[in-house]
This record gives sequence, C-alpha cells and structure tokens, in this order.
Amino acid sequence: MSTRTSPARDYIFFAIFSVAVLTMPIWLEPIGAGYPDLLQKFAIFGLFATGFNILFGLTGYLSFGHAAFLGVGSYTAVWTFKLLGMNPIPAVIMAIIASGIFALAIGYVSLRRSGIYFSILTLAFAQMSYNLAYSVLTPITNGETGLRVLRSDPRLFDGNGGQEGPLIANLFGVEMTGWGGFYFCAIILLIGFFIAQRIFRSPFGIMLRAVKTNQNRMTYTGLNPRPYTLAAFVISGMYAGLAGALMCITDPLAGAERMQWTASGEVVLMTILGGAGTLLGPIFGAALIKYFENIFSAFNEQTLHEIFSFLPDFIEGPVISVAGLFVGEGWHLTLGVLFMLIVIFLPGGLMEGVSRIGKLFKRSSGKSEPNRATAPAE
Amino acid sequence: MEILRVEGVNKSFGGLRALNNVNFSVEQGTVHAIIGPNGAGKSTFLNCMIGRLIPDTGTVKFGNISLTGMKPYEINQVGVSRVFQTPEIFAELTLLENVIIPTMAKRDGQFSLRPFKRLDADREILDKALHMLEDVGLAEKKDVISGSLSRGDKRRLELAMCLSQDPKLLLLDEPTAGMSRADTNNTIDLLKRIAGRGITKVVIEHDMHVVFSLADKVTVLAQGTIIAEGKPEEIKGDPRVQEAYLGGAHL
Repeated sequence: MSTRTSPARDYIFFAIFSVAVLTMPIWLEPIGAGYPDLLQKFAIFGLFATGFNILFGLTGYLSFGHAAFLGVGSYTAVWTFKLLGMNPIPAVIMAIIASGIFALAIGYVSLRRSGIYFSILTLAFAQMSYNLAYSVLTPITNGETGLRVLRSDPRLFDGNGGQEGPLIANLFGVEMTGWGGFYFCAIILLIGFFIAQRIFRSPFGIMLRAVKTNQNRMTYTGLNPRPYTLAAFVISGMYAGLAGALMCITDPLAGAERMQWTASGEVVLMTILGGAGTLLGPIFGAALIKYFENIFSAFNEQTLHEIFSFLPDFIEGPVISVAGLFVGEGWHLTLGVLFMLIVIFLPGGLMEGVSRIGKLFKRSSGKSEPNRATAPAE
Repeated sequence: MEILRVEGVNKSFGGLRALNNVNFSVEQGTVHAIIGPNGAGKSTFLNCMIGRLIPDTGTVKFGNISLTGMKPYEINQVGVSRVFQTPEIFAELTLLENVIIPTMAKRDGQFSLRPFKRLDADREILDKALHMLEDVGLAEKKDVISGSLSRGDKRRLELAMCLSQDPKLLLLDEPTAGMSRADTNNTIDLLKRIAGRGITKVVIEHDMHVVFSLADKVTVLAQGTIIAEGKPEEIKGDPRVQEAYLGGAHL
C-alpha cells in the first residue's frame, strides 16, 4: 500500500467521489432512486457503514451492537433540538460527543475479549441500551412513542415563537428536508469519507491492520493493541452517532427501534456486501441494501405484469408467481440470495468484483504485471 | 559485561516442574545457545524471559531493569526482540508494511494516535524499512503479501522486523526449525553477518550444526536444570551432556 499510494492520487480519488455523490440525484434518476428521501438514506447509512468499517474492516473486531450508538446519536440530536433550537450543527456536535463517550465506556469493557466473545458483549450492551431506551429511561427517551420536538420546548436560540407548521431542522433558513436535507447529509458524508481515507493512509491505520493480522507479533513488537482497538471503536461509534443525528436532522423523531439488533446486523451486512476493509465498499453496500429495501419492496403484481408482458401468457403466469416471491414483502429474499452469492463467489464483497473486472481489462490489453500482490481495491 | 541475568527461576505447570532453580547469565555481544532434549524446558525458559510466562520464583534482569512482571510490549520497548519457532509476521500485509510497523513501534512507542498523518510521506520510516529489507535480501519483494513467502523468506522477514528495532538482545527460538538445508545455511550466514553488530543473541536450537557454527557459549538444559555450560568444544566432549542429550552417541 505505502508504495502505491500518494497524496495526489487520494485527492483525485476524493474529488471524483465527491462529484459522484453530489450528482447522485441526476445519475440515479433512471433507476428510480433519484428522490431525496432515498438519497438521504444512502448518505446516512453510507456514513454509518464507513465508520463501522474502520472498526471491522481494519481491526477485524466484529461489533454486533453499533445500532446502540446510532440510537444515542439520535436521542442526543433531538434533545439538542429541544433545548438549543432547530439548527443541525449543535445537534451534530453533541451527538458525536455523546456517542463517543458511550462508545468509550462500552469499548473499554467489550475489548477485554476478542472474536466471538467481543461480538456477544457488544450485542448484549446494545440490547441493554435498547431495553433501557424502550422502558426504563422513558423520561429521557419517551419510550415506545419516540422522542420528538414539541412547541413547548425551550429551544434557547430560536425561541418558542408562535410560528405555524411542523417543526423541522433548518440550517440558517435552509430546511433540512427534501433536497436541502440530502445535500447536508451528502456533505457530512464527504467529510466522514475524507477522514476515513486519511485514517486508512495514516500510521494509525496500519497499526489497526496489524491488530487484525497478528496481535501476538504486535505485542512482541513493542505495541500495545488495546488502545489502538479502543480508539478505533470510539471513532466508529462517533460515526454511528453522527449517522443517528443525521436521521433526526432529516426527520426530528428518535425511536428505540433504531437501537434494535436488526439495525446492528444491517450495518454488518452492508459492510460485508460492499467489501470490508475497502474505502468505497461499505458505501456501495449501504446504498444497495437501501435501494432494495425501497425499490424492490414497492414492486407488486402489476409492475411484474408490465415487465414480463412480452412473454406469452402460459409462461408469464408461472414466471410472475415465482418472481413475485422476491419482490414486495419478499424483498428480503432477494437480498438474502444476493448476499449468499456475493459471500460465496466474491468473499471480498462488491469491491472484489470491481477489482477483478479491472484486472480482466488490464490483462486483455496485454499489460499484465507479473508478481504483483493483490491490492485491496480503493 | 553482563546484559541478561536470570536468578533462581522456578516454574511449575500443575505437578510438572518445568524449570528448577535456573541461574543463567549472558555476556554482552555474544551468541549464547541453549540446547537440550525435547521437554527440557528451553521454551518455557525463553517465555519466562520475554514476559509470556511469569516465573513462580526468581528474577530476570536485563541490564539493571527487572523484566519479571513486565508486559511483553514493555519488554520489547526496553530493547529485547524475539524470533519465534514458527515465523510470526503480519501475513496479510506486504513485506514493506511488515517492517514499517516495528520501525514505527521503536520510534513512536507502544501507542501513538496520529490519524491524520500520512504514512507515505514519512520518509524516515520508509527508508529505514526498505534498508532493512535490502539487508536481508528481500527488497525486490517489498510489495508482495508476506503470507505467500516461503518459510525461509518468512524467517528472514521476521529477522528484518526484529533488527529494524536495533535490539540490544535478540532471542531466537529454533530459528532453523523446519527448514531445508539450503535455507538453514542461508539463515546461519545471515545470523553470522548480523553477529558483528553488537547485538547479543540467545539461541534455542536443536540442530547441532547451527549451534556449533554460531555459538560462543552453550548452556545445556535437561529436565528443567542446567547440567553443563561452557564453550562449544567443551560441551561436545562433556560426558554428562552426551548421556543426557545425545543418548551416549559421540559427536
């Protein structure tokens, strides 16, 4: 890596990525994903998965409790709205701080173990947090109803004025719904991506990869793995908290279900699907899963009829009844099949597929480079 | 001058007495071999020195620092490096990265959080790491993932990793175990070459060929006790050693 990377290449890569993210509304239009609600989700979950990847992709510690930080970030953001006003910037800052402290506490305990025991510990903590938020801490979290901003809240900076309409976050007059919300999330995603890129290239990043490869050698090399893993855990917890805050910025409501284990599992799927340990992979994975969730689940019998209308009737019937299992309510089935195919045939995720295609092109143009190590894709 | 002094070390596992009142010292700048039959307690002894095991009683002193009770990474930070029986390397990283890590550990200590510094701009570390790879003859393979190396090359890489830290004391646990004759000879040559740099070495070895071509002094361990100590020639002729270790056969 260290001989193949250079600041210039990274800046070009980042510039291309930025343009791609900011023009998503245009180039995702043809596949039906060019609307703000979905694109906000792409950006938010892309950020969540990017942070998760700093822990899982680099150090190999598989956390099954990252949704807890998402929840903490959400609740903190809503409380900041309630107390300080509807500007998203204090909400973002407070959410990062709160989830960082929370991650420090959970990480300090969980990182005493590794492998499956670490995963179980984080899962246990996340479920505890979920149950606390759902019942015991009702005064803070408002239990199953979910926490929302009320007209009667103090909102120190924008006052409890008598303006009408629903309360939504706004950044100096720009409302954080629709396209405004998307661009706010996209810019935060870009900042998060930039930081992740720097971490990947830093001495700290290589130490995290050392943790994943051989902790024994690391210890006998004069390095203490614990603070490295803890730092990675806290950083990825902060990313999760930030993602949670963005959810509330685009829709100021925080519910306990956000902390459930299914949400923790989802980010694991996103990261593995896209390619753990790569920079772009988790973002691809997040976008793909959110796309399936929103587009495939909206398909119904009628849409299928339109797609397969070119087939003769006696074939169309069975085809639609089989395909019908995989859309609408059954979109999870499609996702499951896709996930299995990728894990079996492309263990490195979508990014491995991309780098394999890239290699094919290189070989066919007759410029094969012998004896070159398989570089992890960007 | 003594660099390492082990006094009265005992270690038991359950009812098994692995080390029985072992006293041992290493002179600075020498190569000191520890030999003994299987189960003699050689590896236990080494593990007690490096902090992997804590001796039941006794002390291990490195210069005037007491190593007993220190963590392995603290022991490394004071200047003790270790080569393992099976090469312990970062198998998923490239050769250059493998050497960069110990080089940075030596310079920056056991933990340093610099998430925004660029590694590829750190010329000092890169040059040093590349130089170490050249030193063991692996510079051409610097971008290869190290897990794909042959065993002999992995050993050389591990040595480069240890040497990049300029250790004062290098502990080698059977550095030629499982190697072909050619690889063994290459390793001996490499060890001889680095012997001139004033790095003190403690070698555990089965292969007499290796021991007698490297060691300045030999200690023989059998059933947890030291039964003989001296120059290689003296050890060769010692009847007790031949009895315990070689089953009476003549060298």
